[in-house]
Amino acid sequence: MKVLVPVKRVIDFNVAIRVKADGSGVERTNVKMSINPFDEIAVEEAVRLREAGIASEVIAISIGPRECTETLRTALAMGADRGLLILAEQDIEPLTVAKVLKAVVAEETPQLVILGKQAIDDDCNQTGQMLAALLDWPQGTFASKVDIKNGRISVTREVDGGLQTVDLKLPAIVTTDLRLNEPRYASLPNIMKARKKPIAEKTLADYGIDATPRLKILDVREPSKRRTGERLGTAADLVGKLRQAGVI
Amino acid sequence: MTILVLAEHDNTALSETTARTLACAGQIGASIHILVAGKDCGAVAEEAATLSGVEKILLADDPLYQHALAEPLAELILVLAPSYDAILAPATANGKNVLPRVAAKRDVPQISDIVAVETPEIFLRPIYAGNALQRVEAKGFQKIITVRASAFKPVAKANAAAPIESILPARDPRLSVFQNEVLSQSERPELTAARIVVSGGRGVGSKENFALIERIADRLGAGVGASRAAVDAGFVPNDYQVGQTGKIVAPELYIAVGISGAIQHLAGMKDSKLVVAINKDENAPIFAIADYGVVGDLFEVLPEFERALDNAGKPA
Ligand SMILES: Cc1cc2nc3c(=O)[nH]c(=O)nc-3n(C[C@H](O)[C@H](O)[C@H](O)COP(=O)(O)OP(=O)(O)OC[C@H]3O[C@@H](n4cnc5c(N)ncnc54)[C@H](O)[C@@H]3O)c2cc1C
Ligand SMILES: Nc1ncnc2c1ncn2[C@@H]1O[C@H](COP(=O)(O)O)[C@@H](O)[C@H]1O
Repeated sequence: MKVLVPVKRVIDFNVAIRVKADGSGVERTNVKMSINPFDEIAVEEAVRLREAGIASEVIAISIGPRECTETLRTALAMGADRGLLILAEQDIEPLTVAKVLKAVVAEETPQLVILGKQAIDDDCNQTGQMLAALLDWPQGTFASKVDIKNGRISVTREVDGGLQTVDLKLPAIVTTDLRLNEPRYASLPNIMKARKKPIAEKTLADYGIDATPRLKILDVREPSKRRTGERLGTAADLVGKLRQAGVI
Repeated sequence: MTILVLAEHDNTALSETTARTLACAGQIGASIHILVAGKDCGAVAEEAATLSGVEKILLADDPLYQHALAEPLAELILVLAPSYDAILAPATANGKNVLPRVAAKRDVPQISDIVAVETPEIFLRPIYAGNALQRVEAKGFQKIITVRASAFKPVAKANAAAPIESILPARDPRLSVFQNEVLSQSERPELTAARIVVSGGRGVGSKENFALIERIADRLGAGVGASRAAVDAGFVPNDYQVGQTGKIVAPELYIAVGISGAIQHLAGMKDSKLVVAINKDENAPIFAIADYGVVGDLFEVLPEFERALDNAGKPA
Protein backbone atom coordinates (compact mmCIF):
# COMPACT_ATOMS: atom_id res chain seq x y z
CA MET A 1 0.00 0.00 0.00
CA LYS A 2 1.02 3.58 -0.63
CA VAL A 3 1.47 6.04 2.20
CA LEU A 4 1.11 9.78 1.67
CA VAL A 5 2.89 12.18 4.01
CA PRO A 6 2.11 15.91 3.81
CA VAL A 7 5.04 17.98 5.08
CA LYS A 8 4.93 21.68 5.86
CA ARG A 9 7.80 24.13 5.73
CA VAL A 10 7.81 26.20 8.93
CA ILE A 11 10.13 28.45 10.91
CA ASP A 12 12.52 26.19 12.81
CA PHE A 13 11.30 25.45 16.35
CA ASN A 14 14.50 26.86 17.86
CA VAL A 15 14.10 30.31 16.30
CA ALA A 16 12.89 33.14 18.53
CA ILE A 17 9.91 34.61 16.69
CA ARG A 18 9.84 38.33 15.88
CA VAL A 19 6.55 40.04 15.20
CA LYS A 20 6.83 42.66 12.44
CA ALA A 21 6.43 46.21 13.66
CA ASP A 22 3.61 46.94 11.21
CA GLY A 23 1.55 44.05 12.59
CA SER A 24 1.41 42.27 9.23
CA GLY A 25 2.86 39.00 10.49
CA VAL A 26 6.06 37.48 11.81
CA GLU A 27 9.49 38.04 10.29
CA ARG A 28 10.30 35.25 7.84
CA THR A 29 13.17 36.68 5.84
CA ASN A 30 16.60 35.35 6.76
CA VAL A 31 15.03 33.05 9.30
CA LYS A 32 15.93 29.36 9.48
CA MET A 33 13.16 27.20 8.03
CA SER A 34 12.68 23.48 8.66
CA ILE A 35 10.25 20.65 8.19
CA ASN A 36 7.45 20.85 10.78
CA PRO A 37 8.68 18.59 13.66
CA PHE A 38 5.46 16.56 13.70
CA ASP A 39 5.79 15.95 9.95
CA GLU A 40 9.31 14.67 10.41
CA ILE A 41 7.82 12.11 12.81
CA ALA A 42 5.18 11.30 10.15
CA VAL A 43 7.88 10.68 7.53
CA GLU A 44 9.80 8.47 9.95
CA GLU A 45 6.72 6.38 10.68
CA ALA A 46 5.92 5.96 6.99
CA VAL A 47 9.49 4.94 6.16
CA ARG A 48 9.45 2.40 9.00
CA LEU A 49 6.23 0.93 7.56
CA ARG A 50 7.96 0.51 4.22
CA GLU A 51 11.02 -1.01 5.85
CA ALA A 52 8.72 -3.45 7.64
CA GLY A 53 7.23 -4.46 4.28
CA ILE A 54 3.81 -3.02 5.13
CA ALA A 55 4.01 0.03 2.89
CA SER A 56 5.13 -0.21 -0.72
CA GLU A 57 5.83 3.45 -1.41
CA VAL A 58 6.11 6.65 0.60
CA ILE A 59 5.16 9.89 -1.14
CA ALA A 60 5.94 13.22 0.52
CA ILE A 61 3.90 16.23 -0.49
CA SER A 62 4.30 19.88 0.33
CA ILE A 63 2.11 22.84 -0.55
CA GLY A 64 3.69 26.26 -0.59
CA PRO A 65 6.43 28.32 -2.25
CA ARG A 66 9.25 26.84 -4.34
CA GLU A 67 11.47 26.62 -1.23
CA CYS A 68 9.29 23.72 -0.06
CA THR A 69 11.51 21.65 -2.35
CA GLU A 70 14.04 21.71 0.51
CA THR A 71 11.41 20.34 2.88
CA LEU A 72 10.67 17.56 0.41
CA ARG A 73 14.39 16.80 0.04
CA THR A 74 14.56 16.36 3.82
CA ALA A 75 11.74 13.81 3.60
CA LEU A 76 13.42 12.06 0.67
CA ALA A 77 16.73 11.92 2.53
CA MET A 78 14.95 10.24 5.43
CA GLY A 79 13.69 7.59 3.03
CA ALA A 80 10.54 8.81 1.26
CA ASP A 81 10.48 7.51 -2.34
CA ARG A 82 9.26 10.53 -4.23
CA GLY A 83 7.99 14.04 -3.73
CA LEU A 84 5.17 16.22 -4.93
CA LEU A 85 5.43 19.99 -4.74
CA ILE A 86 2.25 21.97 -5.14
CA LEU A 87 3.16 25.58 -5.70
CA ALA A 88 1.17 28.20 -3.81
CA GLU A 89 2.37 31.72 -3.21
CA GLN A 90 0.04 32.84 -0.44
CA ASP A 91 -0.53 31.17 2.94
CA ILE A 92 -3.34 28.72 2.63
CA GLU A 93 -5.86 27.68 5.24
CA PRO A 94 -6.05 24.13 6.64
CA LEU A 95 -9.41 23.54 4.92
CA THR A 96 -7.85 24.42 1.56
CA VAL A 97 -4.84 22.21 2.29
CA ALA A 98 -7.27 19.40 3.09
CA LYS A 99 -9.09 19.95 -0.21
CA VAL A 100 -5.84 19.82 -2.16
CA LEU A 101 -4.80 16.66 -0.30
CA LYS A 102 -8.16 15.10 -1.08
CA ALA A 103 -7.49 15.67 -4.78
CA VAL A 104 -4.03 14.11 -4.44
CA VAL A 105 -5.53 11.12 -2.63
CA ALA A 106 -7.88 10.63 -5.59
CA GLU A 107 -4.86 10.51 -7.93
CA GLU A 108 -2.55 8.41 -5.79
CA THR A 109 -5.06 6.17 -3.97
CA PRO A 110 -2.99 5.65 -0.81
CA GLN A 111 -4.32 3.45 2.01
CA LEU A 112 -2.88 5.71 4.65
CA VAL A 113 -2.12 9.41 5.02
CA ILE A 114 0.08 10.37 7.97
CA LEU A 115 0.11 14.06 8.89
CA GLY A 116 1.53 16.02 11.80
CA LYS A 117 -1.00 16.73 14.53
CA GLN A 118 -0.27 20.42 14.21
CA ALA A 119 1.89 22.83 12.29
CA ILE A 120 4.01 24.74 14.82
CA ASP A 121 3.48 28.04 12.99
CA ASP A 122 -0.31 28.36 12.84
CA ASP A 123 -0.87 25.85 15.69
CA CYS A 124 -4.21 24.98 14.02
CA ASN A 125 -4.40 21.23 14.59
CA GLN A 126 -7.09 20.78 11.93
CA THR A 127 -5.82 19.53 8.58
CA GLY A 128 -5.76 15.77 9.24
CA GLN A 129 -9.24 15.73 10.78
CA MET A 130 -10.57 17.84 7.89
CA LEU A 131 -9.04 15.56 5.29
CA ALA A 132 -10.56 12.55 7.06
CA ALA A 133 -13.98 14.22 6.95
CA LEU A 134 -13.72 15.18 3.27
CA LEU A 135 -12.77 11.59 2.40
CA ASP A 136 -15.21 9.99 4.86
CA TRP A 137 -12.27 8.10 6.31
CA PRO A 138 -11.65 7.27 9.97
CA GLN A 139 -9.02 9.19 11.88
CA GLY A 140 -6.46 8.31 14.53
CA THR A 141 -5.24 11.65 15.82
CA PHE A 142 -2.38 12.45 18.24
CA ALA A 143 -0.92 8.98 17.69
CA SER A 144 1.80 7.60 19.94
CA LYS A 145 1.64 4.08 18.46
CA VAL A 146 0.26 2.49 15.30
CA ASP A 147 -0.13 -1.13 14.36
CA ILE A 148 -1.36 -2.33 10.94
CA LYS A 149 -2.87 -5.79 10.52
CA ASN A 150 -5.43 -7.44 8.22
CA GLY A 151 -6.61 -4.28 6.54
CA ARG A 152 -7.09 -2.43 9.80
CA ILE A 153 -4.99 -0.04 11.80
CA SER A 154 -4.89 0.22 15.55
CA VAL A 155 -3.90 3.68 16.79
CA THR A 156 -2.99 4.56 20.37
CA ARG A 157 -3.84 8.21 20.95
CA GLU A 158 -2.60 10.71 23.53
CA VAL A 159 -5.76 12.10 25.09
CA ASP A 160 -6.33 14.40 28.08
CA GLY A 161 -6.77 11.61 30.60
CA GLY A 162 -4.06 9.27 29.32
CA LEU A 163 -4.10 6.95 26.31
CA GLN A 164 -6.95 5.70 24.13
CA THR A 165 -6.63 2.97 21.50
CA VAL A 166 -8.96 2.86 18.52
CA ASP A 167 -9.22 0.34 15.72
CA LEU A 168 -9.83 1.85 12.28
CA LYS A 169 -10.79 0.52 8.90
CA LEU A 170 -8.25 1.27 6.17
CA PRO A 171 -7.90 3.59 4.31
CA ALA A 172 -7.38 5.94 7.24
CA ILE A 173 -5.82 9.17 8.45
CA VAL A 174 -3.23 9.27 11.23
CA THR A 175 -1.85 12.41 12.85
CA THR A 176 1.36 12.14 14.83
CA ASP A 177 2.17 13.10 18.39
CA LEU A 178 5.72 13.64 19.60
CA ARG A 179 6.20 10.24 21.18
CA LEU A 180 5.28 8.16 18.12
CA ASN A 181 8.94 7.68 17.22
CA GLU A 182 12.30 9.38 17.18
CA PRO A 183 13.09 10.51 13.63
CA ARG A 184 16.42 9.37 12.19
CA TYR A 185 19.15 11.69 11.04
CA ALA A 186 19.60 11.47 7.29
CA SER A 187 23.06 10.09 6.49
CA LEU A 188 25.24 11.86 3.94
CA PRO A 189 24.88 9.09 1.32
CA ASN A 190 21.11 9.26 1.77
CA ILE A 191 21.16 13.03 1.37
CA MET A 192 23.09 12.54 -1.88
CA LYS A 193 20.69 9.85 -3.03
CA ALA A 194 17.73 12.09 -2.24
CA ARG A 195 18.94 14.59 -4.82
CA LYS A 196 18.20 12.06 -7.53
CA LYS A 197 14.76 11.11 -6.30
CA PRO A 198 11.93 12.60 -8.38
CA ILE A 199 9.89 15.61 -7.26
CA ALA A 200 6.84 16.30 -9.42
CA GLU A 201 5.51 19.80 -9.61
CA LYS A 202 1.98 21.11 -9.82
CA THR A 203 0.15 24.30 -9.00
CA LEU A 204 -3.02 24.92 -7.04
CA ALA A 205 -4.69 25.81 -10.34
CA ASP A 206 -4.07 22.25 -11.60
CA TYR A 207 -6.53 21.09 -8.96
CA GLY A 208 -9.03 23.85 -9.66
CA ILE A 209 -9.17 24.76 -6.00
CA ASP A 210 -9.89 28.32 -4.90
CA ALA A 211 -7.30 29.12 -2.26
CA THR A 212 -8.61 32.53 -1.25
CA PRO A 213 -8.56 32.61 2.57
CA ARG A 214 -11.97 32.86 4.21
CA LEU A 215 -10.64 34.00 7.57
CA LYS A 216 -9.27 37.50 7.42
CA ILE A 217 -6.13 38.06 9.47
CA LEU A 218 -6.50 41.63 10.70
CA ASP A 219 -3.11 41.80 12.36
CA VAL A 220 -0.50 39.93 14.36
CA ARG A 221 0.58 41.30 17.69
CA GLU A 222 3.23 40.74 20.28
CA PRO A 223 1.77 39.04 23.36
CA SER A 224 2.06 40.97 26.60
CA LYS A 225 5.40 40.18 28.19
CA ARG A 226 5.80 38.89 31.71
CA ARG A 227 8.21 40.96 33.67
CA THR A 228 11.14 39.29 35.38
CA GLY A 229 10.55 39.05 39.09
CA GLU A 230 12.65 38.66 42.18
CA ARG A 231 15.41 36.21 43.12
CA LEU A 232 14.98 34.84 46.60
CA GLY A 233 17.73 33.46 48.80
CA THR A 234 15.96 30.61 50.51
CA ALA A 235 12.88 28.42 50.32
CA ALA A 236 11.70 30.03 53.57
CA ASP A 237 11.69 33.43 51.84
CA LEU A 238 9.63 31.84 49.08
CA VAL A 239 7.05 30.51 51.52
CA GLY A 240 6.88 34.01 53.06
CA LYS A 241 6.25 35.66 49.69
CA LEU A 242 3.63 33.12 48.67
CA ARG A 243 1.82 33.57 51.99
CA GLN A 244 1.94 37.34 51.51
CA ALA A 245 0.46 36.98 48.03
CA GLY A 246 -2.29 34.86 49.58
CA VAL A 247 -1.81 31.96 47.17
CA ILE A 248 -0.91 29.36 49.80
CA MET B 1 -26.81 34.45 17.46
CA THR B 2 -27.68 30.90 18.42
CA ILE B 3 -24.70 28.97 19.71
CA LEU B 4 -24.10 25.28 20.29
CA VAL B 5 -21.47 24.35 22.87
CA LEU B 6 -20.11 20.82 22.98
CA ALA B 7 -19.85 19.59 26.58
CA GLU B 8 -16.62 17.98 27.77
CA HIS B 9 -17.21 15.16 30.23
CA ASP B 10 -16.39 11.56 31.14
CA ASN B 11 -20.03 10.35 31.24
CA THR B 12 -20.08 10.94 34.99
CA ALA B 13 -19.08 14.55 35.59
CA LEU B 14 -18.89 17.71 33.55
CA SER B 15 -15.42 19.14 33.01
CA GLU B 16 -14.88 22.71 34.13
CA THR B 17 -13.69 23.51 30.61
CA THR B 18 -17.37 23.48 29.61
CA ALA B 19 -18.28 26.32 32.00
CA ARG B 20 -15.28 28.26 30.68
CA THR B 21 -16.27 27.68 27.06
CA LEU B 22 -19.73 28.88 28.00
CA ALA B 23 -18.25 32.15 29.25
CA CYS B 24 -16.61 32.58 25.86
CA ALA B 25 -19.88 31.73 24.08
CA GLY B 26 -21.65 34.38 26.16
CA GLN B 27 -19.39 37.02 24.64
CA ILE B 28 -20.42 35.93 21.14
CA GLY B 29 -24.19 35.60 21.56
CA ALA B 30 -27.01 35.16 24.03
CA SER B 31 -28.90 32.06 22.97
CA ILE B 32 -26.74 29.12 24.02
CA HIS B 33 -27.46 25.39 23.92
CA ILE B 34 -25.18 22.68 25.28
CA LEU B 35 -24.84 19.30 23.61
CA VAL B 36 -24.14 16.44 26.01
CA ALA B 37 -23.34 13.30 24.02
CA GLY B 38 -22.32 10.16 25.86
CA LYS B 39 -23.55 6.97 27.45
CA ASP B 40 -25.51 6.95 30.72
CA CYS B 41 -24.62 10.60 31.06
CA GLY B 42 -27.89 12.00 32.40
CA ALA B 43 -26.09 13.34 35.47
CA VAL B 44 -23.77 15.33 33.24
CA ALA B 45 -26.75 16.90 31.47
CA GLU B 46 -28.26 17.84 34.82
CA GLU B 47 -25.02 19.44 35.90
CA ALA B 48 -24.77 21.35 32.60
CA ALA B 49 -28.36 22.55 33.04
CA THR B 50 -27.37 24.46 36.17
CA LEU B 51 -24.80 26.62 34.41
CA SER B 52 -25.65 30.27 34.03
CA GLY B 53 -26.56 31.48 30.55
CA VAL B 54 -27.72 28.15 29.14
CA GLU B 55 -31.05 28.08 27.33
CA LYS B 56 -31.34 24.32 26.97
CA ILE B 57 -29.44 21.07 27.04
CA LEU B 58 -29.52 18.59 24.19
CA LEU B 59 -28.86 15.11 25.52
CA ALA B 60 -27.80 12.33 23.17
CA ASP B 61 -27.49 9.34 25.46
CA ASP B 62 -26.37 6.36 23.42
CA PRO B 63 -23.57 3.75 23.50
CA LEU B 64 -22.37 5.23 20.19
CA TYR B 65 -21.04 8.27 22.06
CA GLN B 66 -19.51 6.55 25.07
CA HIS B 67 -15.91 7.23 24.04
CA ALA B 68 -16.41 10.46 22.11
CA LEU B 69 -15.08 8.90 18.89
CA ALA B 70 -14.75 11.65 16.30
CA GLU B 71 -16.56 9.94 13.43
CA PRO B 72 -19.97 9.30 15.05
CA LEU B 73 -19.81 12.46 17.18
CA ALA B 74 -19.20 14.62 14.11
CA GLU B 75 -22.24 13.05 12.43
CA LEU B 76 -24.37 14.00 15.43
CA ILE B 77 -23.15 17.60 15.51
CA LEU B 78 -23.71 17.85 11.75
CA VAL B 79 -27.37 16.95 12.17
CA LEU B 80 -27.77 19.86 14.60
CA ALA B 81 -25.38 22.28 12.88
CA PRO B 82 -27.77 23.97 10.41
CA SER B 83 -29.72 25.55 13.29
CA TYR B 84 -26.74 27.39 14.74
CA ASP B 85 -24.71 30.50 13.92
CA ALA B 86 -21.74 29.27 15.92
CA ILE B 87 -20.48 25.94 17.25
CA LEU B 88 -17.96 25.97 20.07
CA ALA B 89 -15.96 23.28 21.85
CA PRO B 90 -13.19 23.56 24.42
CA ALA B 91 -9.78 22.98 22.83
CA THR B 92 -9.37 19.68 24.67
CA ALA B 93 -8.20 16.46 23.02
CA ASN B 94 -11.87 15.66 22.26
CA GLY B 95 -12.73 19.13 20.97
CA LYS B 96 -9.65 19.25 18.75
CA ASN B 97 -10.42 15.77 17.47
CA VAL B 98 -14.02 16.26 16.42
CA LEU B 99 -14.61 19.90 15.54
CA PRO B 100 -12.41 20.16 12.40
CA ARG B 101 -14.38 17.21 11.01
CA VAL B 102 -17.56 19.22 11.46
CA ALA B 103 -16.00 22.35 9.94
CA ALA B 104 -14.78 20.50 6.84
CA LYS B 105 -18.23 18.99 6.23
CA ARG B 106 -19.81 22.41 6.68
CA ASP B 107 -17.20 23.78 4.26
CA VAL B 108 -16.11 26.53 6.66
CA PRO B 109 -12.71 27.20 8.22
CA GLN B 110 -12.22 26.47 11.91
CA ILE B 111 -10.87 29.08 14.28
CA SER B 112 -8.64 27.14 16.68
CA ASP B 113 -7.87 27.85 20.30
CA ILE B 114 -9.24 31.38 20.74
CA VAL B 115 -8.23 33.31 23.87
CA ALA B 116 -10.41 36.41 23.49
CA VAL B 117 -13.55 37.64 21.73
CA GLU B 118 -13.17 41.18 20.45
CA THR B 119 -16.52 41.33 18.65
CA PRO B 120 -18.82 38.43 17.76
CA GLU B 121 -16.84 38.17 14.51
CA ILE B 122 -13.31 39.05 15.60
CA PHE B 123 -11.22 36.70 17.72
CA LEU B 124 -7.74 36.55 19.16
CA ARG B 125 -5.69 33.36 18.95
CA PRO B 126 -2.09 32.52 19.80
CA ILE B 127 0.23 31.28 17.05
CA TYR B 128 3.89 30.18 17.14
CA ALA B 129 3.54 28.62 20.60
CA GLY B 130 2.05 31.82 21.94
CA ASN B 131 4.89 34.02 20.74
CA ALA B 132 2.44 36.01 18.64
CA LEU B 133 -1.27 36.74 18.77
CA GLN B 134 -3.35 36.72 15.63
CA ARG B 135 -6.52 38.80 15.31
CA VAL B 136 -8.88 37.08 12.85
CA GLU B 137 -12.20 38.07 11.41
CA ALA B 138 -14.79 35.43 10.50
CA LYS B 139 -17.53 37.12 8.52
CA GLY B 140 -20.31 35.72 6.41
CA PHE B 141 -20.16 32.08 7.45
CA GLN B 142 -20.90 29.83 10.40
CA LYS B 143 -18.35 30.17 13.16
CA ILE B 144 -16.72 26.93 14.22
CA ILE B 145 -14.42 27.58 17.11
CA THR B 146 -12.31 25.77 19.67
CA VAL B 147 -11.75 27.72 22.87
CA ARG B 148 -8.68 27.85 25.08
CA ALA B 149 -10.54 27.24 28.32
CA SER B 150 -7.80 28.62 30.58
CA ALA B 151 -8.32 32.08 29.04
CA PHE B 152 -11.92 32.34 30.28
CA LYS B 153 -13.39 32.30 33.80
CA PRO B 154 -16.06 29.64 34.28
CA VAL B 155 -19.65 30.93 34.37
CA ALA B 156 -21.45 30.75 37.69
CA LYS B 157 -24.33 28.46 38.61
CA ALA B 158 -27.80 29.64 37.58
CA ASN B 159 -30.75 30.00 39.93
CA ALA B 160 -32.97 27.73 37.89
CA ALA B 161 -31.98 24.73 35.80
CA ALA B 162 -32.40 24.85 32.03
CA PRO B 163 -34.62 22.25 30.35
CA ILE B 164 -33.07 19.01 29.09
CA GLU B 165 -34.23 17.71 25.71
CA SER B 166 -33.32 14.18 24.67
CA ILE B 167 -32.30 13.79 21.05
CA LEU B 168 -31.90 10.73 18.87
CA PRO B 169 -28.49 9.40 17.94
CA ALA B 170 -27.29 10.14 14.42
CA ARG B 171 -26.15 7.64 11.80
CA ASP B 172 -23.28 5.37 12.83
CA PRO B 173 -20.57 5.77 10.17
CA ARG B 174 -18.97 2.47 11.27
CA LEU B 175 -15.44 3.62 10.59
CA SER B 176 -13.82 3.28 13.98
CA VAL B 177 -14.02 1.00 16.98
CA PHE B 178 -12.96 1.81 20.53
CA GLN B 179 -10.43 -0.75 21.81
CA ASN B 180 -9.29 0.34 25.21
CA GLU B 181 -8.05 3.20 27.29
CA VAL B 182 -5.46 3.64 29.99
CA LEU B 183 -6.43 6.60 32.11
CA SER B 184 -4.21 8.02 34.83
CA GLN B 185 -5.87 7.62 38.18
CA SER B 186 -5.31 10.51 40.49
CA GLU B 187 -6.90 11.99 43.58
CA ARG B 188 -5.24 15.28 42.77
CA PRO B 189 -7.03 18.19 41.14
CA GLU B 190 -7.19 17.97 37.36
CA LEU B 191 -4.33 19.94 35.80
CA THR B 192 -6.37 22.44 33.82
CA ALA B 193 -8.71 23.15 36.73
CA ALA B 194 -6.17 23.23 39.58
CA ARG B 195 -5.64 26.48 41.50
CA ILE B 196 -1.99 25.55 42.02
CA VAL B 197 0.21 23.45 39.73
CA VAL B 198 3.61 22.03 40.65
CA SER B 199 5.57 20.80 37.63
CA GLY B 200 8.80 18.88 37.38
CA GLY B 201 11.27 18.69 34.50
CA ARG B 202 14.27 16.69 33.43
CA GLY B 203 16.13 18.08 36.45
CA VAL B 204 14.02 15.91 38.76
CA GLY B 205 16.06 13.01 37.42
CA SER B 206 13.88 9.93 37.88
CA LYS B 207 10.43 8.53 38.39
CA GLU B 208 11.26 7.88 42.05
CA ASN B 209 12.42 11.45 42.60
CA PHE B 210 9.14 12.73 41.22
CA ALA B 211 7.63 11.77 44.59
CA LEU B 212 9.26 14.94 45.91
CA ILE B 213 7.17 17.02 43.49
CA GLU B 214 4.06 15.06 44.35
CA ARG B 215 4.57 15.50 48.08
CA ILE B 216 4.78 19.26 47.71
CA ALA B 217 1.75 19.22 45.43
CA ASP B 218 -0.26 17.28 48.00
CA ARG B 219 0.77 19.68 50.75
CA LEU B 220 -0.59 22.53 48.65
CA GLY B 221 -3.62 20.73 47.22
CA ALA B 222 -2.07 21.22 43.81
CA GLY B 223 -2.18 19.46 40.46
CA VAL B 224 1.01 17.89 39.12
CA GLY B 225 2.47 18.78 35.73
CA ALA B 226 5.67 18.08 33.82
CA SER B 227 7.82 19.17 30.93
CA ARG B 228 8.02 17.11 27.79
CA ALA B 229 11.51 15.98 28.75
CA ALA B 230 10.17 14.54 32.02
CA VAL B 231 7.39 12.71 30.16
CA ASP B 232 9.75 11.39 27.48
CA ALA B 233 12.12 10.12 30.16
CA GLY B 234 9.20 8.16 31.62
CA PHE B 235 9.07 9.99 34.97
CA VAL B 236 5.32 10.60 34.54
CA PRO B 237 2.50 9.70 32.08
CA ASN B 238 1.88 11.73 28.91
CA ASP B 239 -1.18 13.52 30.23
CA TYR B 240 1.02 15.44 32.71
CA GLN B 241 2.70 17.40 29.91
CA VAL B 242 2.28 21.15 29.97
CA GLY B 243 3.09 23.17 26.87
CA GLN B 244 2.47 23.98 23.24
CA THR B 245 1.59 20.39 22.52
CA GLY B 246 0.47 19.38 25.98
CA LYS B 247 -1.99 21.01 28.34
CA ILE B 248 -2.44 24.74 28.66
CA VAL B 249 -2.77 25.86 32.27
CA ALA B 250 -3.23 29.24 33.91
CA PRO B 251 -3.45 28.62 37.66
CA GLU B 252 -3.02 31.18 40.41
CA LEU B 253 0.35 29.66 41.20
CA TYR B 254 2.66 27.63 38.95
CA ILE B 255 5.82 26.17 40.46
CA ALA B 256 8.37 24.97 37.88
CA VAL B 257 11.03 22.68 39.35
CA GLY B 258 14.05 21.58 37.33
CA ILE B 259 12.49 22.95 34.13
CA SER B 260 14.67 25.11 31.86
CA GLY B 261 11.84 27.09 30.29
CA ALA B 262 11.89 26.24 26.56
CA ILE B 263 9.36 28.32 24.60
CA GLN B 264 7.30 25.20 23.99
CA HIS B 265 6.92 24.75 27.74
CA LEU B 266 6.27 28.44 28.42
CA ALA B 267 3.47 28.29 25.84
CA GLY B 268 1.51 26.13 28.25
CA MET B 269 1.93 28.08 31.48
CA LYS B 270 2.99 31.67 30.94
CA ASP B 271 -0.51 32.99 31.60
CA SER B 272 -0.36 31.69 35.19
CA LYS B 273 -0.92 34.49 37.69
CA LEU B 274 2.19 33.81 39.76
CA VAL B 275 5.15 31.80 38.52
CA VAL B 276 7.84 30.33 40.77
CA ALA B 277 11.00 28.74 39.36
CA ILE B 278 13.41 26.48 41.20
CA ASN B 279 16.49 25.69 39.12
CA LYS B 280 20.18 25.26 39.80
CA ASP B 281 21.17 27.14 36.64
CA GLU B 282 20.84 30.85 37.32
CA ASN B 283 20.70 31.50 33.57
CA ALA B 284 17.77 29.17 32.92
CA PRO B 285 15.24 31.03 30.71
CA ILE B 286 12.43 30.13 33.11
CA PHE B 287 13.74 32.81 35.50
CA ALA B 288 13.03 35.51 32.91
CA ILE B 289 9.30 34.99 33.32
CA ALA B 290 9.20 33.92 36.99
CA ASP B 291 7.80 36.23 39.66
CA TYR B 292 9.92 34.46 42.25
CA GLY B 293 13.02 32.46 41.53
CA VAL B 294 15.16 30.33 43.78
CA VAL B 295 18.56 29.35 42.37
CA GLY B 296 19.61 26.08 43.89
CA ASP B 297 19.62 22.32 43.83
CA LEU B 298 16.03 21.12 43.93
CA PHE B 299 17.02 18.23 46.20
CA GLU B 300 17.96 20.81 48.82
CA VAL B 301 15.40 23.50 48.04
CA LEU B 302 12.30 21.28 48.02
CA PRO B 303 12.86 19.67 51.45
CA GLU B 304 13.63 23.13 52.80
CA PHE B 305 10.43 24.41 51.21
CA GLU B 306 8.48 21.63 52.93
CA ARG B 307 10.05 22.43 56.28
CA ALA B 308 9.25 26.11 55.84
CA LEU B 309 5.64 25.19 55.12
CA ASP B 310 5.58 23.17 58.37
CA ASN B 311 7.14 25.94 60.39
CA ALA B 312 4.67 28.48 59.14
CA GLY B 313 1.87 26.16 60.22
CA LYS B 314 -1.24 25.40 58.26
CA PRO B 315 -2.28 27.85 55.54
CA ALA B 316 -4.61 30.49 56.89
C1 LIG C 1 7.37 20.56 18.30
C2 LIG C 1 7.79 20.58 19.74
C3 LIG C 1 6.82 20.64 20.72
C4 LIG C 1 7.19 20.64 22.06
N1 LIG C 1 6.20 20.71 23.00
C5 LIG C 1 6.53 20.76 24.31
C6 LIG C 1 5.54 20.87 25.34
O1 LIG C 1 4.33 20.88 25.07
N2 LIG C 1 5.95 20.94 26.63
C7 LIG C 1 7.27 20.93 26.99
O2 LIG C 1 7.58 21.03 28.19
N3 LIG C 1 8.22 20.82 26.04
C8 LIG C 1 7.89 20.72 24.72
N4 LIG C 1 8.88 20.59 23.79
C9 LIG C 1 10.26 20.35 24.25
C10 LIG C 1 11.00 21.60 24.65
O3 LIG C 1 11.60 22.18 23.51
C11 LIG C 1 12.11 21.25 25.68
O4 LIG C 1 12.98 20.29 25.13
C12 LIG C 1 11.58 20.73 27.01
O5 LIG C 1 10.57 21.59 27.51
C13 LIG C 1 12.72 20.65 28.01
O6 LIG C 1 12.28 20.10 29.24
P1 LIG C 1 13.05 20.42 30.61
O7 LIG C 1 13.02 21.89 30.85
O8 LIG C 1 12.48 19.54 31.64
O9 LIG C 1 14.50 19.88 30.30
P2 LIG C 1 15.88 20.65 30.14
O10 LIG C 1 15.77 21.71 29.11
O11 LIG C 1 16.91 19.63 30.00
O12 LIG C 1 16.05 21.41 31.53
C14 LIG C 1 16.29 20.77 32.74
C15 LIG C 1 16.53 21.86 33.76
O13 LIG C 1 16.70 21.30 35.03
C16 LIG C 1 17.70 22.00 35.74
N5 LIG C 1 18.23 21.09 36.76
C17 LIG C 1 18.92 19.93 36.56
N6 LIG C 1 19.22 19.36 37.73
C18 LIG C 1 18.72 20.17 38.70
C19 LIG C 1 18.72 20.13 40.12
N7 LIG C 1 19.29 19.11 40.80
N8 LIG C 1 18.15 21.15 40.80
C20 LIG C 1 17.58 22.20 40.13
N9 LIG C 1 17.55 22.27 38.80
C21 LIG C 1 18.10 21.27 38.09
C22 LIG C 1 18.70 22.38 34.68
O14 LIG C 1 19.44 23.51 35.10
C23 LIG C 1 17.80 22.68 33.49
O15 LIG C 1 17.45 24.07 33.43
C24 LIG C 1 8.55 20.58 22.43
C25 LIG C 1 9.51 20.54 21.44
C26 LIG C 1 9.15 20.51 20.11
C27 LIG C 1 10.21 20.43 19.06
N1 LIG D 1 1.09 23.66 3.33
C1 LIG D 1 1.15 22.38 3.73
N2 LIG D 1 1.83 21.46 3.01
C2 LIG D 1 1.88 20.17 3.39
N3 LIG D 1 1.31 19.71 4.51
C3 LIG D 1 0.63 20.58 5.29
C4 LIG D 1 0.51 21.95 4.95
N4 LIG D 1 -0.23 22.56 5.90
C5 LIG D 1 -0.55 21.60 6.80
N5 LIG D 1 -0.04 20.41 6.44
C6 LIG D 1 -0.17 19.12 7.17
O1 LIG D 1 -1.20 19.24 8.14
C7 LIG D 1 -0.68 19.06 9.46
C8 LIG D 1 -1.45 19.89 10.45
O2 LIG D 1 -1.41 21.27 10.15
P1 LIG D 1 -2.36 22.35 10.84
O3 LIG D 1 -3.75 21.83 10.76
O4 LIG D 1 -2.16 23.60 10.05
O5 LIG D 1 -1.89 22.51 12.25
C9 LIG D 1 0.80 19.38 9.32
O6 LIG D 1 1.54 18.78 10.35
C10 LIG D 1 1.10 18.80 7.93
O7 LIG D 1 1.24 17.39 8.00
